[in-house]
Amino acid sequence: MTEVVKIEGLRKVYTIGETQVIALDGVDLTIEPGEFIAIMGPSGSGKSTFMQITGLLDTPTSGSYTFEGKDVANLSADDRADIRSRRLGFVFQSYNLLARTSALENVELPMVYAGVPQADRQRIALEKLAIVGVAELAQHAPNQMSGGQQQRVAIARSLVNNPGLILADEPTGALDTKTSDDVMSILGRLNDEQGITIMLVTHEPDIALYAKRLVNFRDGKIISDGPNLHRHDAEKIVA
Amino acid sequence: MATVRLALEALIRNKVRSLLTMLGIVIGVAAVIVTVAIGSGARTSVTNSINALGSNLIVVQPGSVTQGGARTGFGGASTLTPADGMAMTQLAGVAAVSPLVTVRTQVVAGPNNWQTTISGVAPTYTFIKGWPLASGTFFTDEDIASSAKVAVLGQTDVSELFPGGGDPVGQNIIVKGVPFTVIGTLTALGQSSLGTDQDDTILVPYTSAMQRLSGVTTVSQLMVSASSAALVDPVQTEVTQLLEQRHRIVPGQPDDFQVRNLQSIAAAASSTGAVMEFLLAGVAAVSLIVGGIGIMNIMMVSVTERTREIGLRMSLGARGSSILRQFLTESTVLSAVGGVIGVLFGFAGTLIVSILAKWPTQIPIAWVFLSVGFSALVGIFFGYYPARKAANLNPIDALRFE
Repeated sequence: MTEVVKIEGLRKVYTIGETQVIALDGVDLTIEPGEFIAIMGPSGSGKSTFMQITGLLDTPTSGSYTFEGKDVANLSADDRADIRSRRLGFVFQSYNLLARTSALENVELPMVYAGVPQADRQRIALEKLAIVGVAELAQHAPNQMSGGQQQRVAIARSLVNNPGLILADEPTGALDTKTSDDVMSILGRLNDEQGITIMLVTHEPDIALYAKRLVNFRDGKIISDGPNLHRHDAEKIVA
Repeated sequence: MATVRLALEALIRNKVRSLLTMLGIVIGVAAVIVTVAIGSGARTSVTNSINALGSNLIVVQPGSVTQGGARTGFGGASTLTPADGMAMTQLAGVAAVSPLVTVRTQVVAGPNNWQTTISGVAPTYTFIKGWPLASGTFFTDEDIASSAKVAVLGQTDVSELFPGGGDPVGQNIIVKGVPFTVIGTLTALGQSSLGTDQDDTILVPYTSAMQRLSGVTTVSQLMVSASSAALVDPVQTEVTQLLEQRHRIVPGQPDDFQVRNLQSIAAAASSTGAVMEFLLAGVAAVSLIVGGIGIMNIMMVSVTERTREIGLRMSLGARGSSILRQFLTESTVLSAVGGVIGVLFGFAGTLIVSILAKWPTQIPIAWVFLSVGFSALVGIFFGYYPARKAANLNPIDALRFE
């Protein structure tokens, strides 16, 4: 089976004024389908930059990146947008739901850009809202929902185009412990039950323990990469 | 259509701001409509009043003659006769004809005397000039036939010859030793556009003027009134042909008469009105452009304010072109809706002006479409820069934007 992500010798250098900042300094990483990988590291370690390049929001300075067998290292902005639209799902720390817009419409939004027929959008959106357990909030606007509920809607939104990879960037950063556990359990279950490939970016070791594989970044390099031997059991927590 | 719906939703989400943004366009379009309606109404009423004062009038004057090498200028020839006038009444499109014979002389009434112009005319004269009587009656066809010694006085002559006040009707005036009975007075017309006092005249039957006062057999003018403004040109041609025939003018030879009409004056007045109208509309168009800049300003703010939203949309797979289209549609919808509201306000404003100020107004439909179309263009033009700015945002920077 083709790797979802195959990255080799990835470098990213930012030029700020006169100085050059090396954000990523030769990173190799392969993600197989069905993996649940946690990218960890302190701020400035390059994990966010890595997430952005993996999520095709940014381009590498050098190195190769193959996404689902396709070389994507040097795609145009429009081609990257198309892959984001059809093959990638994003979950952000600050939920990023459109204000004054119902949960249902928020979840439908990626399908608008992917060109899904209007007749199918609502059905799929309701289906995904049910999977994350907030179907009853479909008509609620974000300001009528708790943080945990908003993040569940955001997860539903990341699922609608059946992505090959979900990128979760500090998804629990704005949530309390109890809600964080709920949200992580949902991600864990999606991975366990539906085999969805997830890449989690976090600086909290507790949260990373929901993943199956742990990767540590420091100073733009991977310093450790191995299976998670103490994985939280998603089922137990929800129960 | 999905984009228009998205844009409408985004605008409805920010009702107050959308309304405030539209205000500039609303006022601009309403101003265009009201000013053009007033300008156009004024133009029509000026044209109408000029028509009422005889723009259907065609004036026939004798031509120039050469006497011993000296040319006399128009009116110098004695070629026009009342019979020419009678013949003209048979022409289609001619409403009325009146000869005009003028004699400048001293007039005496009791102890007072005054030098004035005696105008020998036909009973149709008041109709042709649109000049109503103030008192008494006007002379009739019988008076013409009998060369009656009756006169109708202009207001200047009334005040100069009868300074004591009171109605001079029934009194006598003496012109060149001939007593005339005053049978009526004319309303005051005031000065003509050339500055002459139109009220300084005494009207008598043209036959009386010719036989009793001047002893001539020709007239100074024939005044012809066409049935409508549209008929002025054809009637002028007919009159010319008729006179050429009656005066036996050989083709190729100059006419011994001259035919003119007052339509050029009406055209000048009308074009002055058009200039005013365009001037007003120009001022109003400036306010439309200012409104457009308002839209650009708000759209810039909107792009900055919604940077995170743009970043999110991009991360969800929106291409730059989708973002561009979304913002461009928003600004176009804003200005087009503003334009339509402006038209409604313009109609209301026009109604208020015409009722309160009693000004004649007329809303030209072309301007309604023009101003709405122009405001939509303003939206596209001033919305493009902010929309491009939004489309060119880097999704990461946009997502991180606080």
